[in-house]
Amino acid sequence: MPWPTESAEKPLLGPELSVAGTTRSGRSGRSGRWIYYLVLPVVLLVIWWFCTDVLALFPSALLPSPIRVAKAFGHVIADGELMLNIEDSLLRIFYADLAALIIAVPIGLAMGLYQSIERLLDGLLSLFRPIPPLAWVPLAILWFGIGTLSIVFITFLSAFFSILVSTVAGVRSLDKLHIRAALSLGASRRRVLTHVVLPTTLPSIFTGLRIAIGVSWMSIVGAELIAASSGLGYMINYYQQVLRTDVVIVGMITIGVIGLGMDLLSRWVERRLLPWRQGARLP
Amino acid sequence: MTGHHKIAVLGVAKRFGETAGTSVNALSMIDLSIADGEFVSILGPSGCGKSSLLNIIAGFEESSTGRIEVDGKPISGPAPNRGVVFQEYALFPWLTVAGNIGFGPQSRGMRASKVNRIVSRYVELVSLTGFEQKYPHELSGGMRQRCALARCMANDPDIMLMDEPLAALDALTRVALQDELLRIWGEASRVRKKTVVYVTHSIDEAIFLSDRIVVMTPRPGRIQGEFVVPFPRPRLPEIRIHQDFHGLSDKIWLMLQAEAGRKSC
Repeated sequence: MPWPTESAEKPLLGPELSVAGTTRSGRSGRSGRWIYYLVLPVVLLVIWWFCTDVLALFPSALLPSPIRVAKAFGHVIADGELMLNIEDSLLRIFYADLAALIIAVPIGLAMGLYQSIERLLDGLLSLFRPIPPLAWVPLAILWFGIGTLSIVFITFLSAFFSILVSTVAGVRSLDKLHIRAALSLGASRRRVLTHVVLPTTLPSIFTGLRIAIGVSWMSIVGAELIAASSGLGYMINYYQQVLRTDVVIVGMITIGVIGLGMDLLSRWVERRLLPWRQGARLP
Repeated sequence: MTGHHKIAVLGVAKRFGETAGTSVNALSMIDLSIADGEFVSILGPSGCGKSSLLNIIAGFEESSTGRIEVDGKPISGPAPNRGVVFQEYALFPWLTVAGNIGFGPQSRGMRASKVNRIVSRYVELVSLTGFEQKYPHELSGGMRQRCALARCMANDPDIMLMDEPLAALDALTRVALQDELLRIWGEASRVRKKTVVYVTHSIDEAIFLSDRIVVMTPRPGRIQGEFVVPFPRPRLPEIRIHQDFHGLSDKIWLMLQAEAGRKSC
């Protein structure tokens, strides 16, 4: 086609440009890039090993050697303890974030679409938002006892606000012309909502969900330290009390790896579900 | 052809701002009737209220006084019998070319198989074959506007309202699309001629495309004069260099110039 191409595209998501891999052509260079990701962790591992096993700078109860940690890893995997705790934590995250999504998205849409609803809710929500999720732990224990319900409640609170704020921001990015176009094409108000407002907001909702997963993963571990009898947070707290620092570190590494995995997964899902967003990544 | 009025603009005025001191007369008492199947351009400098008038005819905005009648009946809000093509394309970025073109028929509850037939017909009409599964951001400006044109026509509206549809394109693409636009309009009008209201600030574009040109001037936005374009259809690209073409262009230019001179004094 002889039509000249316009280069009016503005990159909307600065940070995403370098992080998210782009198209097929980018994939071949990706295998080499892994080395960069691995350099610092490996260096750190060597220093850790050197300071503990070789120089013996710390008592192993304070900082065990990486080899002891690796053995502990094998141990908690073998007896199934690690998997059980991971399962508990992940399930709680799932319930909490699902509930947050179901409740925050409609409220966010309503707040974004109707100024009166926003005025009504904004004061209350602004007051609750600065309260750290962990400050709810004492109340949660009183209301729901120690266990899953408390943890889900606390995690829900941390996820709720991320999704809500992103959803409202997404509705704000609504293009008046898209609504006009849809109406003049014969779309009903209901169809405008489901086929214009929702797709416009979807990328923001997704960003909110991704932030929510990150935030709730952090707060769930915090909450499990206090208000649970299972889960990764509970596990590292328990082993701290019996001075098994190696298992504590196993728990911490697991938390980090799972957090990373969830972020990568949600990015992958986002790319699959929202292909039009690739436009923001054009060079 | 000029038998009955397809669109009647009756005493339409539009003012912004409520108090007498601060309000601005965007449109002042516009009366205009457009015949069935007529291609009318509304020509004027920016700020003359031409887009405002189009938005009122589309039903996007309400006039302060007066009313719009289509087929003798007053309008209320947007409707699929009045398709709109926007300067900024306003394609849905989350839908493919096929999805965008099929949006109207789908909205009106057509079966998927019928929607698909309509989509492939209009994809072909605007020469986007092979691009059905592309997203708008993957298309050039000219292709986007052809897609927007197809989206509008897929609903088979009697009336097409176009708000400077080619203004965002570069000069060469614009001229090429003017030819395309007439061809597409002709094809789509085979069964029943479609009425077009075309807003532009380009004198040459207005002459090349339309049957009649309504010249508007700003402050307050009102109709300054009308010109009937005498060239027969189909319009060939060569008429752009015809002497009569330039004669008409000069006459319109002088009218706009005289008005601008009077205002600046």
